[in-house]
Formats: sequence, structure tokens, C-alpha cells
Amino acid sequence: MSKKVAFLQGNEAAAHGALYAGCKFFAGYPITPSTEVAEVMSAELPKVGGKFIQMEDEIGAMAALLGGALAGKKALTSTSGPGLSLKQELIGYGCIAEIPCVVFNVMRGGPSTGMPTGPSQSDVMCARWGTHGDHAAIALMPASVQECYDMVVRAFNLAETYRMPVFVMPDEIVAHMRERIEFREPGELEVIDRAAPSVPPSEYKPYDTTFGDVPPLAAFGSGYKFHVTGLNKLPDGFPTTKAEYVQAEEERQLRKVYAKVDDIVEFEEFQLDDAEICVVAYGSTSRSARYAVNEARAQGIKAGMFRIKTFWPFPDKQIKALADKVKGFIVPEMNLGMCSIEVERCAQGKAQILGINRVDGEPVNPEQILEKMKEVK
Amino acid sequence: MAYDYESRIRPGKLPHIWCPGCGHGIVMKGLIRAMDTLSLKKEETAIVSGIGCASRLPGYMDCCTLHTAHGRAAAFATGVKLARPEMNVILVGGDGDGTAIGGNHFIHACRRNIDMTYIIMNNYIYGMTGGQFSPATPTGHKASTTPYGNPDPAFDIVKLAIGAGATFVARGTAYHANQIDKLIAEAIQHKGFSVVEILDDCPTTYGRRNKYKSVVEMMNRLKDVAVPVKAAEKMSAEQLEGKILTGVLHKVERPEYCDEYAKVIERAGGNK
Amino acid sequence: MSRYELRFSGAGGQGLITAGIILAEAASIHEGKQSVQSQSYGPEARGGASKSEVIIADAPIDYPKVTKCDALLALTQEACTKYSDDLKEGGILLYDTDLVTKLPEGNYKRVGFNIINTAKNEVGREIVANIVALGAMIALTGVVSRENGEKAVLSRVPEAFLELNKKAYAAGFEKAQAAAAAA
Repeated sequence: MSKKVAFLQGNEAAAHGALYAGCKFFAGYPITPSTEVAEVMSAELPKVGGKFIQMEDEIGAMAALLGGALAGKKALTSTSGPGLSLKQELIGYGCIAEIPCVVFNVMRGGPSTGMPTGPSQSDVMCARWGTHGDHAAIALMPASVQECYDMVVRAFNLAETYRMPVFVMPDEIVAHMRERIEFREPGELEVIDRAAPSVPPSEYKPYDTTFGDVPPLAAFGSGYKFHVTGLNKLPDGFPTTKAEYVQAEEERQLRKVYAKVDDIVEFEEFQLDDAEICVVAYGSTSRSARYAVNEARAQGIKAGMFRIKTFWPFPDKQIKALADKVKGFIVPEMNLGMCSIEVERCAQGKAQILGINRVDGEPVNPEQILEKMKEVK
Repeated sequence: MAYDYESRIRPGKLPHIWCPGCGHGIVMKGLIRAMDTLSLKKEETAIVSGIGCASRLPGYMDCCTLHTAHGRAAAFATGVKLARPEMNVILVGGDGDGTAIGGNHFIHACRRNIDMTYIIMNNYIYGMTGGQFSPATPTGHKASTTPYGNPDPAFDIVKLAIGAGATFVARGTAYHANQIDKLIAEAIQHKGFSVVEILDDCPTTYGRRNKYKSVVEMMNRLKDVAVPVKAAEKMSAEQLEGKILTGVLHKVERPEYCDEYAKVIERAGGNK
Repeated sequence: MSRYELRFSGAGGQGLITAGIILAEAASIHEGKQSVQSQSYGPEARGGASKSEVIIADAPIDYPKVTKCDALLALTQEACTKYSDDLKEGGILLYDTDLVTKLPEGNYKRVGFNIINTAKNEVGREIVANIVALGAMIALTGVVSRENGEKAVLSRVPEAFLELNKKAYAAGFEKAQAAAAAA
């Protein structure tokens, strides 16, 4: 049997990835450059008995998403910068109430309306620190149309495994460019469904950590009745201000992710074995970086690339190890130095760090990266 | 008839947080009687709220309860209902939560006519934050943020709901306790988005700033201003001056949102 | 074939993004090569400068945008002026002779004919100007075969417009061949 192939945009592929993962609920609000995701979901979800709703605003979309997820559905929303800002309070709600869902955020220029049709990578910090309070974050960075599909599937797996909102964050170039993609066969990619409670409804507590840091989440309407709140809570879901519970709960919600960082963090090492220069790149910028590394190698320059596939949690361990090995890092990105901050944090002064930062609506091109390599000493 | 209120209250979750004299408990008892009358199954009923004193109500009720963020109850509830149309979804909250920060979700839930019931406890004030004026605070009244009197005109929540497209709109008061359960029960039975405004009192943050000497005086005011819609038919404009109509004020039939979406699924061929 | 870079430029609403998609699809789905299509556009649904870029190669494509343009289509003077500066030496500039009168300096092959007018008056509908241009681009560059180009066109258009698009594609292909021979 030959595979179904298609020539699609990243946004369209993401929607098909969500359907592969078993997504049955979409709530969104139109925003450039992400609307194709909503358009495909509005056409495809009803075909599989799923539900699509266009809400009155971005906040309402995030709220309906969490409501749908709590009612047991795998749930997706798509948005972009300003929408991501508006959704942040309820992303925090999703974190504290531990409701799995996927937020597909296409990065355009900003702040505010910025350059709505231009590419950027300037929402990466917003994904980590946008909502208030302490919380863990998972954010994936696709660099191709196929990866938009595959990473959305993985994002659902991570959301359901760790019971939290998970971001997929293509830049506008990846979201809008078209490439050939393969629709995955059933079974080809792992699909993780929400763990069902192992206890009967009478004994169920939505935040009971007896058996681990990620307690199973029952669905509203499935025979279980329980309370969900944005307040700090006890294992039974009811509010508490008792210091020992609040402290322990908040720490658990970070631990459930950071204790599994090796399972969560994915990356690609390209030509790094003997590299003296390491380009740290993600999204479409990694494609420029790969091009530049190939050119550099042809010129006898020992360059390689570390491609970030999971931006949050950040690949601290890997960057730390590279800092001991390479002379310098080049960090090309379509923002004014967000990933650079993280690389600097990990490198701890052990290697030179050179940023290439573009926010003019144009991609960082391979020539710029090649040119920057000359500055590594 | 003696109701077994405790059968629908979560064991161990009382006492509630409401002040002595607050009408929210009266509304909760009305809701319990309505749910009992309709024999709503606990596992198949979701009570959703936003933030505020009234929004603490779900925590006391023994069913699926969702205490969301400020103003967002209607949007969360829309997600729950669309995902599981077979569930009974009831929203509860206050005037500030529902018509200020949540105003957009409120009017759009009305517009969609999604089959849920929204109980708005209107005590004219943001109580939990200490008595700031809300969109329901009457012009000229005092609040912690209107020390010289409120310059804002107030929303008529009933008219707002009707204008936005709600297909069942009723109003009661915390004084008329025996009417509350009947209004709520009828609202729940209505197919479509139903709104029940309950005029309520907040002696702690509203009453004392606006020269009400006691809870009794506040309750008496509710008694005095309320005119059942039937009785109003026989009254002159003069007699109705300063009165507030109560009872079922609006009831029409219109296609319901989840039913309409089911048709979308059918058109898309998703019923295989 | 190593990396080949094409750019379709003009005004929003001229169907250039679609033309780019069809070419990329022809290369990727019908010809078995690698291709990437990307675009940049302004807030206008109609008007404004618009470009669609297609990279075609035998090996996987890293950088998805044009570095040095091998072939440029310009359907407006604004687009020609704005997007011709990275045209490769020895590359191809295909332009509409009615709309583009000032050609940029440089050592490349200039091929022009009345693309939009051909669509309007010879094929019968201005809306297929993008398909005329696509046929012409494929004739001049040979990045995909004439047949695979046509297949890609026909798989994208509704039944009722198959003949119209077939005609537009053929007209573009043949007019470009003639114009190139004369150039």
C-alpha cells in the first residue's frame, strides 16, 4: 500500500497531525498567520464526529478548549503572538488545574500587531514565561511541514502524559511554506491516550499523587464527579491555603516535567563530532544553518549545528557539554536574542556566543551565518 | 415539602464562605430544589463558575464542578457542553464576573443559544474584592471605587440577555426564595440558553455604603421593588415607576447550538 | 539537478502563489524531485507586491527561500523593480511586455510577451494569466516536463475549468518558446 502524500502548508499539516493523534475538539479565534489550522479543522473534525468552535475571542477559545479537554476530548487551538498573550491567563489555569491540550502558536513579528504576515521567532520566551506564577512548560519547534504534522502528534502525547498544555511553535515560514508530506499510517507514530483512573468514582481524587506525579484525569460526563479550580488545591481538588500542600503541589507540577527532561527533550546534532563552531538553531532558521554548515564544511571550516526540537524544557545538558567542546556558538534567530540568553546561561562563559538577530520580516539567510563564522576566535 | 439539601451538598465542604445576610445561600438552596425536582443526575450535571463570591457555589455542590477564571465561566462551559451535549450544564456567578470581564462570553453564549442555564446573582457590587462598583451598580450609588457616587449607568441584565439572543430570561430575588427553584427549574428545562437573574444583597460591601441599616432592610427593598410580570400587566406606568419585573420575562424557540452542530456533523458525513 | 530557484512576482490577486504551488507540486508529487514553496505577502488580498518562491532540487532542501534567483517572473513593474536584484548572472527574467517596461541592468536572459493580454484575449479569461505564466516558466526553465506541469495544473482546478486551464497552459508554454527563440 502506498502512503498518502500531499503537498501542504505547515499549518495544514499540523491539523492533519492533530487528527492522527485523535483530536476531537478545536476551539479557536481567527488570527494571521495561523488560520489555516482552524480552516482545516473546521472541515475535517465534523467528518470524524469531532467538534469545532470559533469563539468570540482568544480568551474564550482557550476557555472552551480547556472545557472540551476536561470533558475528555483531545483538544487543539491555534493562534499567534497577540492571541498567545491573550490566552496566557488560561494557559496558567491549564497548568495549575492540569488539563491536557495543545496550543499551536505561529510566530509572527511583534510585540502587539507587529508584522502580522512576516516571520519571527519572538514568542519563545512568551511560551515559557507568559503566564504568571511558577509552572513547567513544554514547547516544540518544527522546522519542516512534515515536522508540523509529527510534532503535533507528539505534543498531544506529551500533553496527555504530563497532563498539561503543550506548545507547538513554528515560525511563519514553516507554518506557511509548502512541502511534500506523508500522512502517517495507523501505528506508525505512537499515539498516547489519556490515562483512565484506576479507582471507582467514589474513591476518585483528581490530584491524588499516591501512584506518581501525574494523577489520572477523569472526564466530566464519564461517571466521575469532581471539582476543578484555579486555586491551590488539595488532592481532592478543593481549595486550600495550607502552606505544606501549596508548596508541595507547586513543586510537583514542576517536577513532573523536569524529572523527565531526558524523555521530553529532543534535538538533532549535525556535523558536531569535530566541530569548533556550533550553530544553535531552531525552526526555519535551522534550515539556513544546515545550508551554512554544509557550505562551511566545503570550505574546510569545522562547523556543525545543534538543532533545538524541544525548546522548553531547554536542552541545558547538551548545550553545557558542547560549551566544553567548541570554541564558539552562533545563535541565529528571528528575534533580538532570546535563545542566546539560554545558550549563555548554559555555556557559563566557556565559549564565545555570537547572535544573529533579524526582526525585519526576512529570514536569517545562510550567508549571514557563514559570515558570522569568521568572527569565532 | 422538606427537601434533603444535604444529599446534594458535598460532605465536609460547609461552612461556606458567604457573609451572614448574603443571599447566595438562598439561591444555592433554590438551585438544589430545582435540581431535585428535575432529578438531575450528579454525574451528568456540570456546574461552572467564574470568580467571585457567587462563583464559590460549585465547590459546595456534589456533581461535576468547575470553578474557572474571572469572567470565563460561559466560555469554559461552552466547551464542556459542546464536547458532551448530553450533560446538564449550569453556570453560576455574580454581576461583575458575568457582565463586565465576562460580558463578551455572556452575550455570545446568548447568541449561540447553547443549551445551558446561567444563574446570575446580582448584588450590584464586586463583593469578594471589597466592594468596587460593577456594571450593575446603580448610578449615584457608593462603592469603594465610587466614593463620590457612581457616574456609570447600569446594565439591565435581563434586557442585555434578551438583546443578545437568550431564548429564556427570568428574574427573581433572594427575598422571594420560593420562586427561585421554580424559575431555575423552568430555565433548565428550556431548550436553549436560559438566563436567570436573581437580585441579591451584599450587606457587607454594598449595603453599609449605601445607607442600608440592616440585612432586613435590604431584603425588604427587594420585596418592595419586585413586581411579578403578571401583576404588572394590570398596573399603570406610574405605579410601575421604580419597580423591577420578576418572573419569566422572555421565552421563545430558536435552534439550539449543539443541535445545529450535530447537523454540521451530518452534512460532513461524520455520523458513520 | 542541483538547487534551482524560481520566483513568481506581481500583485496580490494575480494568482502567483497558486502558480508557485502548482510548479512545486509538479516537481514534488509528479516528477519525484524535492521542492519547497514559500511566499511573502502584505495585508492586501488584492494589489500590493506579492511573491511566491519555489526551490527545486534532487536532494532535500534546507534553506526554503531564494538565495540567488535562477528564474524570475515579473507581472508588474513594481514587482520587477523590487524583486530582481538577486537575479543570478545568466538567469532568466520572464516579464509581461505590456506592464513591465523598465528592465533591470544585468547579464541575464530576458524573455517577454503579453502574458495578461494573452490570458484575457486569446485564452478568454484574465484569471488564468497565472497559468499562462506558469506554462511559460516551465517552457523556459525545463524544471519539470511539459506533461508533469500540465498534470499538476489539472489536478488543482475544478472540472468545469479544465479546458480553460489546459488552453492557458499551452498558450503560455508555446508563446514563451517563440519569444525565447526570437530573443
